Amino acid sequence: MGSSRITFYALLLTLILAGLWTGPAFAQGPTPTDNDVNRIAKQLYCPVCESTPLDVCPTEACRQWRELIRTMLADGKSEAEIKQYFVEHYGARVLAEPPNRLVTYLVPAVAILLGAFILFRGFQLWLKPSTTEAGTVEQEPKALQDPYVARLEEELKNRK
Amino acid sequence: MVANFGYGVLVITFFVTLYSAFAAIYGERKQIPAMVESARRAMLLTWPLLTLAAGVLIYLLINNHYEVQFVYEVTSRSMPTYLKVTSWWGGQAGSLLFWSWLMSAFASLVTLRKWDRDREFLPWVIVVACVTMAFFIGMTVFFENPFAQLFQTTAGVAAHTFQPVNSILFTPEDGRGLNPLLRHPGMIIHPPMLYLGFVSFVIPYAFAIAALITGRTDDRWIRVTRRWTLWAWLFLSCGLVLGSRWAYDVLGWGGFWGWDPVEIAAFMPWLTGTAFLHSVMIQEKRGLLKHWNMLLIILTYALVIFGTFLTRSGVLSSVHAFAQSAIGPLFFGFIGLTLFTSVALLLYRWSSLKSETEMTSLLSREALFLLNNLLFMSILVVCFWGVIFPLTSELFTGQKVTVGPPFYEHATAPLFAALMLVMGIAPLSAWGHSTVKTLSRAIWKPTVAAVIVTAVIFATYTQNVGALIGFFLVALVILVTIYEYWRGAYARQKGQGENIFTAIWTLTGRNRRRYGGYIIHISMMLMAIGILGIEIFQVETQGRIGVGESLNLSNYTITYRELASWDDAPKGVNYTRAVVDVSRNGVYLGELHPRKDYFYDSQQAMTIPGERATLRDDLYVLLIDWEPASTTGATFKIFVNPLVNWLWLGSLLFLAGVIIAAWPEKEMERVAVPVKNPIQQQTSAAD
Repeated sequence: MGSSRITFYALLLTLILAGLWTGPAFAQGPTPTDNDVNRIAKQLYCPVCESTPLDVCPTEACRQWRELIRTMLADGKSEAEIKQYFVEHYGARVLAEPPNRLVTYLVPAVAILLGAFILFRGFQLWLKPSTTEAGTVEQEPKALQDPYVARLEEELKNRK
Repeated sequence: MVANFGYGVLVITFFVTLYSAFAAIYGERKQIPAMVESARRAMLLTWPLLTLAAGVLIYLLINNHYEVQFVYEVTSRSMPTYLKVTSWWGGQAGSLLFWSWLMSAFASLVTLRKWDRDREFLPWVIVVACVTMAFFIGMTVFFENPFAQLFQTTAGVAAHTFQPVNSILFTPEDGRGLNPLLRHPGMIIHPPMLYLGFVSFVIPYAFAIAALITGRTDDRWIRVTRRWTLWAWLFLSCGLVLGSRWAYDVLGWGGFWGWDPVEIAAFMPWLTGTAFLHSVMIQEKRGLLKHWNMLLIILTYALVIFGTFLTRSGVLSSVHAFAQSAIGPLFFGFIGLTLFTSVALLLYRWSSLKSETEMTSLLSREALFLLNNLLFMSILVVCFWGVIFPLTSELFTGQKVTVGPPFYEHATAPLFAALMLVMGIAPLSAWGHSTVKTLSRAIWKPTVAAVIVTAVIFATYTQNVGALIGFFLVALVILVTIYEYWRGAYARQKGQGENIFTAIWTLTGRNRRRYGGYIIHISMMLMAIGILGIEIFQVETQGRIGVGESLNLSNYTITYRELASWDDAPKGVNYTRAVVDVSRNGVYLGELHPRKDYFYDSQQAMTIPGERATLRDDLYVLLIDWEPASTTGATFKIFVNPLVNWLWLGSLLFLAGVIIAAWPEKEMERVAVPVKNPIQQQTSAAD
């Protein structure tokens, strides 16, 4: 019983010491560089200026936000945590893309596929008469050719 | 007094445009030639009148009439005279007047040139041009008056068109000055180019509407406006390129295109205009896609108005801003009205716009052009959705969002790649009919050569898959185009006994649109090299260094040597300029001077990069911050932008290509002449 208590206190002391040793080292690690800050800042948009990424925005407010990112990085915050902090405080508009990516990408994708489908159907309708009338044609019908191409082809054929 | 005179001229011009439009409609409907002629003369009067109004505004700008709100907002005493003149288009009210002035110049040119030849269309062209002008001039008369003056009342200072009772004219000592970002030479030329592009696209639209009204729905309107469209496209393209160059030189973020809504607003009519340029060829050669071409030019016109509105107002940034804006709902109302009327006319003439022939092959030139149109429209869909999504999101969910470059880059990259592939294949397919066999026979040689080029790039430059796909497509398009040139020139050389240079010259001269188009294709690929370079290979670093210390990036080293700061009192600018030494792989290359200009009047700074440009890459150094007193330490941001200068090189070649394609051909003069020899006519029209 006595030895287990000693073991328990020894372990506790070890953990506290380890905490004292590693905790501050983690929180006060090397100061994040400008590149570390910009890597995150360029993924965020200035909450005040229109369409300006945070890494290049020249306003004083943005300079302070960049310093905030530096402080948060120094405090050991991850990239996701920092982005989340900005979203919570300034809204989703600080992100370079809307949070709901599915809707953002789905609408143009559906529109484009619809356009492609209409074009494909158009081709099918156009092509029907030619296949029934002319069958499978390997030779290019001369009447339909671009006269200029035809002349060039003729000149190429006749070259020595 | 002078401002009131300017406003009076605007009001008169507004009524003249309205008269011209109504007189043209009435004269044409009732078949009264004198009335139509009166409409034409009224329309011709608009340009001198608007020139007078513009002259008055320029006088006010140059002579520091700060009692005029517009002058107060865009100029200051310290600005040089040339910048005061160009401030004309530095704000919204002036821009609207500038737009109207250009529009009236173009409309006058159209009616002065070939009135007799195009007698059938021109009254309706006058109607469209004058209705458009009336809208823009009306905006300046009723909402965005560039001649509004500042008056002091008991409630404070405010701008009014007419002097309120119990008020006195208020004249500030100095103006706010033009936004420093707009003082760059690029920004002086860029807006006029863009506006020239916007305005000149109104001409083919006006002819299209005239064709729909008159029922003359063959391809005559296309032939008449072919060169107008090419010049419009050239101006719009130059506007976009100049804007990109301006952004690269002035905005200080190391790039040239940020997918900003304003950029996209100018890009969208370019997309539909480019699709239109290709698809009209199908109508000219095969009598196909008549509905589609009408729809494309209608859409281009709507996007031109949308672009003009968006580039200056910025009201699409939020629902709130839009609701508060006086001109926002009016612009949308005008776009809606013209779109509705145009589509209604198109539906009315739908049956007379039937195709004359059938599409006979999926691999024919026309089928591939149609695919190209689909891709352009797909990019347009992405762009339009990206611009309106923040507004839609705020409207329906209350959540403000940003649609930034990642969305556009992810969504458009495969579409641009597909477009390049079509650009590589289409020149080798024939009009009417092509088969896998004939196309394969034509394309295998350039494809093999493109694969070899890609393999060399893989071995010597990059293993990035995206970049390799891009470079393969670039090589394919360039090689196919050169192959096509060579085939034509070789045939002439053998057939006509010409030397190769004469053969190329004659070939281009005899078919300017085709070979000008090929040069444009090559120029686009040079631009694509620059875009691939900066998008995929750009690297950057930022750091604070002391005098004599260095920053490294790629193979470059920059060493901070000194920094100086001084005032230029007459210009009202403070310059802070750093001197850095540049070396590459240890070899000294010279010095760069990144600087920051602070403008006292507008209290804004401009970051001017130090640039070292080569075809391999651009070293782009920005001065971010410094210690004001000691100047012993400064923060620099460095970008290495590989291959970016190919973009600017491509732009120059593009210019040459469009000029060749748009250069007048004898064929243009034959439009009004009855066809005596159908074979000859067909041959000359072919390209």
